[in-house]
Amino acid sequence: MFQWEVIKFHPKNFKEMKEFAMIYRSETMGEIKLTPEGTMAVSKEWENWMGGIAAQNKLVSPGMRLGNEGRMVKPGNVVTNGPYAEIKEIIGGLSIFRAESIEEASEWAKTCPILNAGGNVEVRDIIQMNG
Amino acid sequence: MQEKELIPQLYRTEFRKITAVLCRLFGIEHITIAEDIVGDTFLLAAETWGLKGVPANPAAWLYVVAKNKTRDFLKRSAIFNEKVSPEVQYSTDESHEIEVDLSATNINDSQLQMMFAICYPGIPPESQIGLSLRILCSFSIDEIADAFLTNKETINKRLYRAKEKLKQDQVKIEMPPDSEIGKRIENVLTTLYLLFNEGYYSSNRNTVLTKDLCLEAMRLTHMLTENESTNKPEVNALLALMCFHASRFEARVDKNGELILYEDQDISLWNKELIKQGEYFLNKAAHGDVLSRYHLEAAIAYWHTAERDSPEKWEKVLSLYNRLLMVEYSPIAALNRTYALAKVYGNETAIAEAEKLGLDDSHLYHILLGELYTNVDKQKAIGHFTIASKLTKTSADRNVIRKKIEKLKK
Amino acid sequence: MIFRNDFHPEAKYTPDEMQNIMQQWQTWMGGMAAKGQLANTGTRLGGDGKTIRPSNVVTNGPYAEIKEMITGVIVVKAGDIDEATEIAKGCPILNAGGNVEVRNIVPMGSN
Repeated sequence: MFQWEVIKFHPKNFKEMKEFAMIYRSETMGEIKLTPEGTMAVSKEWENWMGGIAAQNKLVSPGMRLGNEGRMVKPGNVVTNGPYAEIKEIIGGLSIFRAESIEEASEWAKTCPILNAGGNVEVRDIIQMNG
Repeated sequence: MQEKELIPQLYRTEFRKITAVLCRLFGIEHITIAEDIVGDTFLLAAETWGLKGVPANPAAWLYVVAKNKTRDFLKRSAIFNEKVSPEVQYSTDESHEIEVDLSATNINDSQLQMMFAICYPGIPPESQIGLSLRILCSFSIDEIADAFLTNKETINKRLYRAKEKLKQDQVKIEMPPDSEIGKRIENVLTTLYLLFNEGYYSSNRNTVLTKDLCLEAMRLTHMLTENESTNKPEVNALLALMCFHASRFEARVDKNGELILYEDQDISLWNKELIKQGEYFLNKAAHGDVLSRYHLEAAIAYWHTAERDSPEKWEKVLSLYNRLLMVEYSPIAALNRTYALAKVYGNETAIAEAEKLGLDDSHLYHILLGELYTNVDKQKAIGHFTIASKLTKTSADRNVIRKKIEKLKK
Repeated sequence: MIFRNDFHPEAKYTPDEMQNIMQQWQTWMGGMAAKGQLANTGTRLGGDGKTIRPSNVVTNGPYAEIKEMITGVIVVKAGDIDEATEIAKGCPILNAGGNVEVRNIVPMGSN
């Protein structure tokens, strides 16, 4: 156990790393009721998965979890209720990572807990916006 | 012989106190003059005490000399007098003596206000911290250079530029307005944390603890909690963290000054009062909806003081390290997280994760791997400990590592 | 808010039109920022992609179950989802044939 917690300033020298987003999709969890233990187990899985990537200093932002409320706005001011519903899966969340390549990011995606729930992960490169 | 140890100790505790008061007196444009006057005071002490012996009240002696030097300086420098704010000159009818108020209250107030003045967003973070270490913590330029893993010249330039910028922007030495305080406090807390760690584990002096630094860090942090506008949850969390760590002071070092590892410590030597205080501040910190990194670290420290070993503890600690890393990455958190992972999921799992960390240059990384390989692959364990021994900077570390290698070779 | 549009939006526009579109985005985002509605500057997604499915199945390209792809995400502050939806109606992507999905964000650490 490291009782010596020395904080030294490491200038963050990232070689040209790029940022990638992971978009998590799965069928709505609405129907599936998890027991409290089940919920905690899933939480733990996500925490361990993301923590492992964060430990490599490759997590930019844990991002966000999206809830079940939704509205779709289409051209012509058409508004419908519910999340995007062209397919049966909805987006559950999004996180941002840094990696050398999309392949590296995809490797992490392979161990994402959402896959155990029958969901999938879309990995996308991020266009850096200036200003 | 005694005087030789006394002056460095006094320098540590008194330099910054007197400097803070003088800085506030002279204004932000004349920080260097304040430093010089106090520096001269100590030089005089070194010369005089060697010959005439140590005075009965060394600190008081220093204060008197500093006051005299300040008055002399102000008298000599007519232009300076014009610039010194009128409030400063408490002139009475009989004498035009300038009061240098070195009371405990003014020392406290001056330090607090200097803390904020120095942690000014207009200068880069490392300059804020460098200047704080110099003015508020009596750090030498060498010590600051070590903290930043750089050299003296860089630090001197950095501090010079920082002071120039403070001068340019006419930063006032006073408490910041409530609207700015949240942001400014973040920087202050980082400095205080650094200060505490520098004392808790000193890597540039070959002694393990400099209790004074830790106590000063705690005192300054505590000062923030006593002031309504700075009494924020994260400040209390940081103070809790410091208390928990400090509670193990007596247990960390044996009679020979050797470092005792956490798992070998005598629990009866852990300071229960400090642990209670830590819990008190941790409770105070549990207000509001912001979970700062200090909250997470304090919670981790709490688990380490509450129990030595239990499956629940390590699960909680792992979860806390996960969350800490998600808030802010640090190499130490990454290593400690891996250790907790080992406790929960076994050494092999942890080894696989450890090898992804990219921290091969760190002696702590090799110590971790040495630990993890200990009951798994003796040769690899010894290999890593050996590398660690070469990479580490302090003899205290080297001793600990040497013992581990010896234990493995049996 | 999640923005979706065709897979190759660049193909549809001339450089001038692209400039115009960029302008529209900046105006819309700037307006929100001025009102304190923007939580962050948002994320724009590029054309590279990989989709990972259970059993390590990896396909190249953005998620392609549908003919549209996600082009970006921003986080907006509003009283409720209907308020956010009103804001979404001003999004330039609607002028380019795309659409906006508005979703509530679940605070981290809650179940």
